Amino acid sequence: MNIGESFRVAFQALSANRLRSALTMLGIIIGVGAVIGLTAVGRGAQLAVTQQIQSMGTNLLFVRPGFTQQGGIRSAAGSAPTLSIEDGEAIAREIMGVTAVVPETGSFAQVIAQGQNVNTRVTGTNDQYPDVRNHRVADGEFFTQQEFESRSSVVVLGANVARTLFGDVSPVGQTVSISQGARRLSFRVIGVMAAKGGTGFGNQDDVVFVPLTTLQQRLFRQQARGGQQLVGTLNVQIAEESETDRVVQDIGDLLRSRHRVAQDDFTIQSQEDILETAGQVTGIMTILLGAIAGISLLVGGIGIMNIMLVSVTERTREIGIRKAVGARRRDILMQFLIESLVVSAVGGLVGIVLGVGIAQALGQVSLNGQALRTVVTFDSVLLACVVSAAIGVFFGIYPASRAARLHPIEALRYE
Amino acid sequence: MSVVLQTTPDSSTTAVTMPVLRLRGITKVYRMGSVDVHALRGVSLDVYRGEMVAIMGPSGSGKSTLMNIIGCLDQPTSGSYQLDGAEVSQLADDELAKVRNQRIGFVFQSFNLLPRLPALRQVELPLIYASTNHRRTRATTALELVGLTDRMHHRPTELSGGQQQRVAIARALVNQPSLILADEPTGALDTRTSLEIIGIFQRLNREHGITVVFVTHEHDIAEHTRRTILLRDGQIVADSPVANPREVEG
Repeated sequence: MNIGESFRVAFQALSANRLRSALTMLGIIIGVGAVIGLTAVGRGAQLAVTQQIQSMGTNLLFVRPGFTQQGGIRSAAGSAPTLSIEDGEAIAREIMGVTAVVPETGSFAQVIAQGQNVNTRVTGTNDQYPDVRNHRVADGEFFTQQEFESRSSVVVLGANVARTLFGDVSPVGQTVSISQGARRLSFRVIGVMAAKGGTGFGNQDDVVFVPLTTLQQRLFRQQARGGQQLVGTLNVQIAEESETDRVVQDIGDLLRSRHRVAQDDFTIQSQEDILETAGQVTGIMTILLGAIAGISLLVGGIGIMNIMLVSVTERTREIGIRKAVGARRRDILMQFLIESLVVSAVGGLVGIVLGVGIAQALGQVSLNGQALRTVVTFDSVLLACVVSAAIGVFFGIYPASRAARLHPIEALRYE
Repeated sequence: MSVVLQTTPDSSTTAVTMPVLRLRGITKVYRMGSVDVHALRGVSLDVYRGEMVAIMGPSGSGKSTLMNIIGCLDQPTSGSYQLDGAEVSQLADDELAKVRNQRIGFVFQSFNLLPRLPALRQVELPLIYASTNHRRTRATTALELVGLTDRMHHRPTELSGGQQQRVAIARALVNQPSLILADEPTGALDTRTSLEIIGIFQRLNREHGITVVFVTHEHDIAEHTRRTILLRDGQIVADSPVANPREVEG
């Protein structure tokens, strides 16, 4: 018996029991649909996080203070008062392949304007911040190098802060007060940053920028210590991504010699490191979602096996007749195997359509004002195809071989 | 007709020397629980080409067992069975399936048609498993032989018992088998239809030289054959020609 004939028989058998076939398929349809839909959510999250990390700028290294060790007790990473603006200047000056170094430090403070106030992060940085961190000014402008050096009392507001304090009115030219402890200073607003949205690490629009020099010498004075002006992060931009490893090495050498330490009192993290970490988290999420969906696919497969076993019992007599007129074991095996394969393959195809539909529908949903991204990847569709066909074969083989092994006489006698 | 049946009355007379069936010392022992049941105790039998034979016997005589063995649905415990000169008693499952497909045509008491398939597809079934070409033509010819040309596209539920049995006969002869094995073929039919069916077998035997073996307990059928074999307790107790076989006018 050829394959075409086997398919014909399979379709006949399936169409004879339409409702049952459809319900059996439903198990696979839901399973495949769930796998595709949920992995699309996972992939979408992965992509969103990746893009957000990349939106921090390109080819960045983040140099942060390490921990201190006093009498064998380690403090938390990032807490050591070791990294200074001068370190940043040295890196920019001495290391090949570094295009810019942007120091950054900050603390939370109350920002007050026109009777409104908001507690937000006050970040001190230099004039290169918008370029290096890929964060544009939407209204007005960022402070200049001159304003940086002259410790001007100017401030650039993040989009959320601007909206909270001034509503729809442009705040450029207005004055805000920044209050820290008993200190309260007036700043002139010179710009508003473009909205950037939230990351997994907080909202990038909930911030105000002031020149680092102003911040250190006029606002948070305790941060200037030992004649050196300490910073929280040095954003180092490098020219070529391929040089990352060498630049990391060179910065390490330079900082160790400047700080006169054998053990690193700083950490250097590249964007790739962050991407990798974030990728691991979202990857685990994708796998988890896929695994949950996979369980429903497995249940669907067991449903196929169940129905096929019933079908074999029900058609025992038919099997006997077929054997009496010359069907070999292989013919019977193929007949039932193809039947379960058709159920799972058709179910798989419908499931793919359903899964893509689910992904599209979820893509319309917005969470906390942000659209939920879903990405249907070719490999998840391919995987679903292969898995559903494999399920058809795997769960069909036992019922089919039971049918094939039936003895013709007993099968013919079966009522 | 010659597409379906190469065996003509002329050739059957020359082939009389070679038996279609040759059984020698066939035994069959079943195990039922801890008891051995001897269903057949040494059956030897020759059936020649063109013969029309009835195997008779009361229930429990072993005739069903014998028919299953002759039909290659089952294998003997011991003894030799040659079909068309080839030993088939020791064949493996798939080889037996091939023998059933090519050399034997079955007609059952309960017709044993597949549900939902139209008559033509029922008759094509053995050809499908034989991977034969021209299936439609050959199936149509076989249905013509049993006089069912006008019912080719009807399903079993749309056919009378007699018509269903004729479909089964067409299915049995479509692969030009060496013999047709009919197990109580009229058991489920009324007297008039039974005669019709027997008439068809007689015509196929007379006009096309087809070898027919009936397994039955009805004397009525036996009287229409030319040889009666009586089985009792797993042994042949009588093997005699029918003096004046009755003919159904067809």
